[in-house]
Amino acid sequence: MSLAEEVALLKSIPLFAKIEPSKLKLLAFTSERLTFDPDQVLCKQGDPGDAAYVVIDGEVSISIDAPTAPSGRIVVATLGPGAIVGEIAILCDVPRTATVTSIGRTVTLRISKELFFRLITEFPQIAVEVMRELAHRLEKTNLQLREARVGKPH
Amino acid sequence: MEPTLIRFILRHSLRQQIGVVALTLVSFPFLYYSLDLPKTIINQAIGGKNLPATFFGFQVDQVSYLMVLSGIFLVMVFVNGGFKYAINVVKGRLGERMLRRFRYELYTRILRFPLHHFRRVSQGELIPMITAEVEPLGGYIGDAIAQPIFQGGTLITIVIFMFMQEPILGLAAISLYPIQGYIIPKLQRKVNKLGKERVKAVRKLAEQIGESVSGVQEIRAHDASRWQLARFTSQLGIIYGIRFEIFQRKFFVKFLNNFINQLTPFFFYSIGGYLVIQGNLSFGSLVAVLAAYKDLASPWKELLDYYQQKEDNRIKYEQIAEQFQPEGMLEESLSAHDAETLERIEGSLHTTGLTLVEDDGKAVLESVSLQLALTGLKLAVVGPEGQGKDHLALLLARLVLPTAGQIQIGGRDLLALPLSVTGRRLAYVGPSAYVFSSSLRDNLLFGVMHRPVGDVAYADQEAAKAAARRHEAQVSGNSPDDPRADWVDMGEVGVADAAGLLARLCQLLERVDLETDVYHLGLRGAVDPKRRPDVAESLLAARRSLRERLASAGLAHLVEPFDRNLYNANATLAENLVFGTPIGNAFDLERLAEHPYALTVLDTLGLTNTLIDTGRKIAETMVELFADLPPDNPFFEQFSFISADDLPEFQALLSRVGREAAATMKPDDRLRLLSLPFKLINARHRLGLIDEALQKKIVEARGVFASGLPDDLKRGIEFFDPERYNAAASLQDNVLFGKVAYGQAEATSRVGQVVTEVLDKLGLRPVVLEVGLDFPVGIAGSRLTQAQRQKLAVARALLRRPDLLILNQAMSALDGSSQGKLLPAVIDEMNGRALVWVLSRVQWAKNFDRVIVVKGGRIVEQGTFAELDRPGSALTELVKQD
Repeated sequence: MSLAEEVALLKSIPLFAKIEPSKLKLLAFTSERLTFDPDQVLCKQGDPGDAAYVVIDGEVSISIDAPTAPSGRIVVATLGPGAIVGEIAILCDVPRTATVTSIGRTVTLRISKELFFRLITEFPQIAVEVMRELAHRLEKTNLQLREARVGKPH
Repeated sequence: MEPTLIRFILRHSLRQQIGVVALTLVSFPFLYYSLDLPKTIINQAIGGKNLPATFFGFQVDQVSYLMVLSGIFLVMVFVNGGFKYAINVVKGRLGERMLRRFRYELYTRILRFPLHHFRRVSQGELIPMITAEVEPLGGYIGDAIAQPIFQGGTLITIVIFMFMQEPILGLAAISLYPIQGYIIPKLQRKVNKLGKERVKAVRKLAEQIGESVSGVQEIRAHDASRWQLARFTSQLGIIYGIRFEIFQRKFFVKFLNNFINQLTPFFFYSIGGYLVIQGNLSFGSLVAVLAAYKDLASPWKELLDYYQQKEDNRIKYEQIAEQFQPEGMLEESLSAHDAETLERIEGSLHTTGLTLVEDDGKAVLESVSLQLALTGLKLAVVGPEGQGKDHLALLLARLVLPTAGQIQIGGRDLLALPLSVTGRRLAYVGPSAYVFSSSLRDNLLFGVMHRPVGDVAYADQEAAKAAARRHEAQVSGNSPDDPRADWVDMGEVGVADAAGLLARLCQLLERVDLETDVYHLGLRGAVDPKRRPDVAESLLAARRSLRERLASAGLAHLVEPFDRNLYNANATLAENLVFGTPIGNAFDLERLAEHPYALTVLDTLGLTNTLIDTGRKIAETMVELFADLPPDNPFFEQFSFISADDLPEFQALLSRVGREAAATMKPDDRLRLLSLPFKLINARHRLGLIDEALQKKIVEARGVFASGLPDDLKRGIEFFDPERYNAAASLQDNVLFGKVAYGQAEATSRVGQVVTEVLDKLGLRPVVLEVGLDFPVGIAGSRLTQAQRQKLAVARALLRRPDLLILNQAMSALDGSSQGKLLPAVIDEMNGRALVWVLSRVQWAKNFDRVIVVKGGRIVEQGTFAELDRPGSALTELVKQD
């Protein structure tokens, strides 16, 4: 895939949709495009985080350690193209909160911590998109929590 | 060492000095005759007075007599010249040998200095003393005795000649000598004093330079250069002041001398003239005396110069000599290099009243008494920092001598044991053990190279040269040993041959947790296939095996192999064109666009303009991407083809050339644009500028490049060939024979794993380690980490299987897990022999049979860890603080 194609692809991702093409080109050029083979780990829960990934092609599963589960972990979500993963660890400087594993062959854009902060400071649109995404997740978590409480009255 | 220079000269070169004097004396009659000959030629042969009828029995007329005498004159010119040459050669050799001897002596003294002396004397002071300061001594020593005799003799001869002509004039000639002889040494004394000061000031300067070199990180990190420069300036100022004063005084002495020398003719003209007018002196005699006086000036001047030189060198020698005899030097007899066979140290270690008092009168150890059986000793020494535990280690290793008390080891006085015993049967590793700037292997073997164990097998011609070198070393009192001989004592390591030694080294690397590091160094190292064809062959097998292994593991996409007929998307365009590893600097891949041969190849295929157009597109993209970024943005360095400084130039260039065709651009612009695509890596940069058609062309150019390579450039490149070992590339690159793909997650580490697997499977791990052992560690081991240096030092000590190993906080730079691996390994290695370990962390003491707690310079507790581990004990206190 050439740079031009990559730019077109980034454009289709909501996070970057409102950024002008020349900046997207810079983003594409300066960030590493990484291909993961099936079942490869993008980031591991507990490790220090140094980058976030934008899924370009393929799917990744998000799981958290759960000693009680049969496999030792619970898959909490599956994300596809356009999704951003691994941003929490670099946003709040905490270890990785979940393990991200590629399901099939997955192409990602690796955005280093430095680059990520530059992006959200330079392009407020991206910051807004990141916020929106995080808010969505919070909303979803709240919903799950509510359902759990309703399901199990005390 | 002799306290004065003259004694040093007489002791070591008296016979040679006599030889020089004798040669000088022998030359005198010839000199005299050649001075006398012109008179005979002029008076007899040319003037025709008293013409002899026969010459050595032959009948001669005036012309043939003249010719014969002229012939003799010519011969005398040769003879005198020959004497001069011979005398100078003999003197030069004498001086150089003495200089060599002196330097050697100083160096041996450094090796015997008491260790605490190095706290006061810096490298910066010692180095110029042995290198620059002693240099003039060589020149002087050759002249030391012959010169005053020669010049003095000449002087006396001339003075006698003058007295014979006219005693009064002779007296006049030398009348001022007593005054000169009185004043000049007086003036000289002041100059000498200044000379001493100058030497000291220069040493200080050297010390400061040395310190700045060692502390350059600190200077930069704290922006202290201005302060350093001010200090340096002030030191230069001091030196300037001294030197200038010396010059002034020296020139004054010269002026005074010249003045007095000019004064003497005044007597000749006035007194001599008066005598001539009075008729008491013939006119001819006055002329002769005047002429003789002219000859007198030169030896007199030489004598005065000699005197100045002598004083200079005397001071220099004494000043250096006094620096090299500090108190408490190791006894010379202890460092004698004898002891072919070595008895082991067995029995017990026994100290009584061991006390060590520092320079400032503070006692760091007070009457320490110990009684330990050496066999199987596993002793941990713990205690608070700086309260004596490390001094105890240094004392036991005899690196520091006790102020009072005794150390008995195996029933013998440790202080009286020769170095050949302490340095072979004992081993000591401190916290900052030194690593020498050679290879890892040399550093490991450092401890088992006490003496040459065999002669070097030189070829005939070389053997003669080696014998001459050895002879020369011996007459200068230097070491007769040849550093090129084999010095490794296999017996001490406990192996039979080189293969056993290698195996043992690998084993030790494993034990000190250094094996993986050395393995990776080996992967990055190179092997000479001519020297090791077997290794090269095995690595080629590994190359094939890696391909299969990667394919079977489904990892083939992680490596793009080099294929002569395919463009490699993970390599730069330059690498694709050259398709080989440059050797030396015939080709610089970074600047291939400037290489005339590369340009010719591109021109032949009509590629130049295409690539310039590609370069233009790159420049356009870069300007588009980076123009808005501030120049200090890190992206420039990481990603741009063009540095931030050059970007405006390229912007200007682009607007200048506009849509102009590549062919009509100015040569400078063409070169600038052409340099860009060579750095392009298709898979990494993803600019899509090198399309398939261009790739094909480049592959075609690759063939032309290789086939047309002129002979003189052939040695500048080693082409990629799947069937050949590439001597210029690293071991790893040879096995890989391709490029790790960009954009594949963890490709490098995954490929690295497979490479390791393949090499291990083929049994090549020792070979890689062997190459790793050749790794040059840099100055003072600076290319290794502190932890690696400590591990290396421990391995070095273990290699020679000492009877007693003393480790003084030798793992302080290691992390916990490494310490945990190293400690039991070392204890196991020393099984059955004695180990004393001064620990920086008390918890490790559990691994030892016996523990000593040193506190406040005394042993406060000793016993097993279990015994001491009770409430209120000093050990428990330490464990709590740990």
